[in-house]
This record gives sequence, C-alpha cells and structure tokens, in this order.
Amino acid sequence: MDKRTKILYGALLLVALAAPFVGGYPIFLMKVLCFALFACAFNLLIGFTGLLSFGHAMFFGSAAYFCGHAAKAWGLTPELAVVLGTLGAAIMGYFVGWLAVRRQGIYFAMVTLALSQMVYFICVQAPFTGAEDGLQSVPRGKLLGLISLRDDTAMYYFVLAVFLFGFYVIYRTIHSPFGQVLKSIRENEPRALSLGYDVDKYKLLAFVISAGLAGMAGALKALSLGLASLTDVSWQMSGEVVLMTLLGGMGTILGPFLGAATIITMQNYLSGFGSWVTVIMGITFVVCVLAFRRGIVGEIAYRLKAK
Amino acid sequence: MSADYILETQHLTKAFRGFTAVDGVNLQIVRGSIHALIGPNGAGKTTVFNLLTKFLPVTSGRIVYNGHDITSEAPAQIARRGVIRSFQISAVFPHLTVMENVRVALQRKLGTSFHFWKSDASLAHLNDRAMQLLGEVDLESFADTETVSLPYGRKRALEIATTLAVDPELMLLDEPTQGMGHEDVGRVVELIRKVSANRTVLMVEHNMSVVANLCNTITVLARGSVLAEGPYAEVSKNAQVLEAYVGSSEMEAL
Ligand SMILES: Nc1ncnc2c1ncn2[C@@H]1O[C@H](COP(=O)(O)OP(=O)(O)O)[C@@H](O)[C@H]1O
Ligand SMILES: [Mg+2]
Repeated sequence: MDKRTKILYGALLLVALAAPFVGGYPIFLMKVLCFALFACAFNLLIGFTGLLSFGHAMFFGSAAYFCGHAAKAWGLTPELAVVLGTLGAAIMGYFVGWLAVRRQGIYFAMVTLALSQMVYFICVQAPFTGAEDGLQSVPRGKLLGLISLRDDTAMYYFVLAVFLFGFYVIYRTIHSPFGQVLKSIRENEPRALSLGYDVDKYKLLAFVISAGLAGMAGALKALSLGLASLTDVSWQMSGEVVLMTLLGGMGTILGPFLGAATIITMQNYLSGFGSWVTVIMGITFVVCVLAFRRGIVGEIAYRLKAK
Repeated sequence: MSADYILETQHLTKAFRGFTAVDGVNLQIVRGSIHALIGPNGAGKTTVFNLLTKFLPVTSGRIVYNGHDITSEAPAQIARRGVIRSFQISAVFPHLTVMENVRVALQRKLGTSFHFWKSDASLAHLNDRAMQLLGEVDLESFADTETVSLPYGRKRALEIATTLAVDPELMLLDEPTQGMGHEDVGRVVELIRKVSANRTVLMVEHNMSVVANLCNTITVLARGSVLAEGPYAEVSKNAQVLEAYVGSSEMEAL
C-alpha cells in the first residue's frame, strides 16, 4: 500500500468512527455498511475474477434468515449468529459455485439467477422465514453475552467492527498469491489454464469467499434492522448489488463501498416519491454509466493515472 | 532402433458434428527437436494443439507423453506435466504489468496459489527471476508497464517469457511470428532457437523461411490428415504438398 492510500484509508476510518457523533443516524450508517460489505463481496467476483453472479441475494438473504432465526429462536449471541449466517452462506456458496463455475459468461449468470430463484421460493414456503411478513423484531442480544447492543450507537460499532473485518478479508484476498491468480483468470482464462492453474478450483474458492462475506453482510443487516424478509433474497436485491458495484466502479477496492453509500442515500432521501424511486434510480444509473463507464472510483483513478 | 519420442499421437481424431477436423493423425516428436506443423488454413493445426493440451476433448485416438497416456487428463494437469502452449492470438494478461505476467507463471510452483490469507509481498522474491526472464526477451525496461500498452511484437515476446517461466519440457507455439514485422520475426526466431536448447518445441508456422532455418522435422497437415513428413528439403519438393498449397499465399515461400 502506498502512502497516499494509507492516508485515505486512515481518514475514512476516522470518519467512520466519528460518524455517529457528528450527526450520522446510526441506523442509516449501519445500513450503508451492510450494503457496502455486500457490494465489496460481490465485487470480488465480478471485479477480480470476472464472474457475473446474478443471484447474490440468495447468500445475503439466506444468511439474514439464518442469523435472524438463530438470534430469535435459539437466543444465540449476536457474534455467533453472524458467524452462523456467514458459514451458512459459504456452504451454500460451495454448492452453487460448484454448479456454476463450469459455465462461462452469460450461462454462469443464468445458473446463479436460476438457483437464487429456487432459494427464493424455498424461503416463501419454509416454516421459519415468516413468509410474507418476514422475520420481525430480531433481537440484537448481548455481545459475548455481556454488552447489550440495543443502543443504536453500540450496535453501530459492532457493525463497523465486523465490516472492517470483512473488508480486510477482501483486501487481503485481492492482494494475495491467490488474488494474483484470480486476476490472471479474469484477464485471460485460457492462458491461466495453459499455465497449469485449475481455473475452476480458483473460481470456486473465490465464489465461496464472496458468498460467505455476502452472508456476513446479510446477517449484520438482519441484526441491525431487526428484520429478515423476502426482499433480501429477491432478484431485485441481486440486481441492486450489481448496480451498486457498477456505479462505484467494479474492480476497484473502494468503488462498491461508494456505490452502496450512494444508492442507500438516494433510497433514503427519495423514499417520499414512492415507486418513482425505481425510475429515478434507473435514470441516474443510465446517466452514470454513460458519463463514466468505469464507475465513480474507477473514473477518478483513471483520471489521476492519466495525469 | 526407436528414437526417443517425447510425444506421440496414435490415430488422433477430432470430429465436430460430423465434420472431421483432425483425421487419424500419427505424430512423433523427437525429444530435443524443433518440429514444425504446417498446412493451409483450416487444415486442423490449431485443433491438434487444442487436442494435445485437452482444450478440446479427443474423439478417438491416443496421446502419449513421456510414456504416459495423457488422453483423458485435464488441461491444467497436462500443463503441470510440462506441456505448455501458446495461442494463435496473443495470450497475455493485459491489465497486469509485464512483470506480473511472468510472475504469475513463476508463482505456481511455490504451491501457495490458494493462500488468500497471505500477502502478495510473499511473491517478491520471485521478482529477480522474473526480471531475468524478461531480460531474455529484452523486456526488462518494460517491467512496470501495463501489458495492454505494449506493441504487438513485444506482447508475443512476453508470452514466450511467461511460457519459459513454468520451465516447460515441451513448448507448443501456435504461429509465434504471425502478424509481425520483419525485425520482430528475426528476434523471435533467435529467441526460439535459444530457448530450444534444452527442451522440445512443436510449432505451427506459416513463414517458410522461419521453418526452413529453425525446424528439424516438418509435418504437413491438409484437411486433417498428415500429407507428408520429413526435413524441409524433402517436404518442400513433395508434389502433393505443392498441390495442397496451390492458390494459397504461402505457395511462393515454399
Ligand atoms: N470448436 C470448433 N467447432 C467447430 N469447428 C471447428 C472448431 N474449431 C475448429 N473447427 C474447424 O476445424 C477446421 C480446422 O481448424 P483449425 O484447427 O483452426 O485450422 P488451422 O489452425 O490449421 O488453420 C476448420 O474447418 C474449423 O472451422
Ligand atoms: Mg490455426
């Protein structure tokens, strides 16, 4: 990491730590962090491995249910409920990935979409998801059985800590020997194969990591908003994370974060417009893609490099 | 006395929906030689490479490498045995730096390529070897360049450096001089000669002067079958070969 990047990350961390004291609504901030983690996890696939999953909501949403159920029905402490959600999503990711990574391009996207629709219908039917109502008033519980997270500010710091951990895992993965191979697969899959890399195995591991972290985001979301619902597993949610990532800049590290923050902010301020929100967001998205097709962060990085 | 063959194929055949692109090909590649595979466009040369590296499944026939039947092995497995191919279109990793291109090939033998929890600083000790390989193809000064911005000839040279990084026993080169200017061709020929010192090369090549001054044995493929085989002097006088090339641009070169 060069010095400028370190300063940037340091500054962002300070902002995140200070946010609740300078007027940020904890609930809003938590929501941003959850979706930012979701988008960063998704970006590990599309931005660094070249795989477009169109069903990532199945990991986000299922983990929200796992975590919500564990906290509500079994009374698990929040950190364990998050771990459970993460592992559950990672295991699902293993099976979905196993089926999907053999397919190329659009077929990969279609397999993930089809499987996520299956998961959606299971969630509609399953007894513990609460169907249309969802899992409501999921308790936040006590961290390690000691510290109550009922207070929004306390919960925010818990979410921030988990987010930082997830973000670090992604950062580490991208900048690891494994990450180098992933990038080579993204750049030229047949060439990576011809150098002796079992590309399917690398893609599968990337898929599992991405699914697990998407699950971690979903679990956090269930705890912080106290709700896991069908929206979280729907195809619209899968589409939203694609949008966040593209808007912020896929293949950049901070892009998905910024994309998620932008979209959550817009949803928040535009909620008065009812169903027009979708239209306004759609137009914004089209404009953004036309104006800077590398995404916000991608475009900034490109301009800086060109200088 | 039977020669020492590094690679043999027996009745190698590939059919695409009833169209036989490779038809009962028997190849014998002598260890340490530079062997050319030539033939008109569409003869099946690239398909043979795809079969040898299992990028395509074999319809029938056998492939024997170093005494092992590798007909049913996976592409990555064959590559790890030491058979490394290049591609007809340039095969680099465009948005990695020139140095990273070579390093990603070097890194495989470390056995840490699944270690996502490790820093890529753990690869830094490969940089010297990577620079050395780049030196062999005159690319040291481009080490930190993003590969996409290299001129075409340099990309092909980088490909060879990347291939050398995995220290292949058998190199399969698909038209390594295609689309190159005169000077670049000369450079690549010298490079191939140099790197072939302790390995075997099987190459598809259209430029007959390259074939004439580089290759020990030539196999001529036409419509999926072997038409002729032997040293250049012999093959270039073969009436059938001349006929197969009639109307094609390589005619004058022969
Ligand atoms: N994947 C494929 N599917 C169908 N036909 C193919 C495929 N690959 C090659 N062919 C056909 O096989 C023949 C040989 O092609 P190729 O091996 O590329 O020729 P060469 O490299 O000698 O120019 C051509 O007629 C080509 O159209
Ligand atoms: Mg060809």
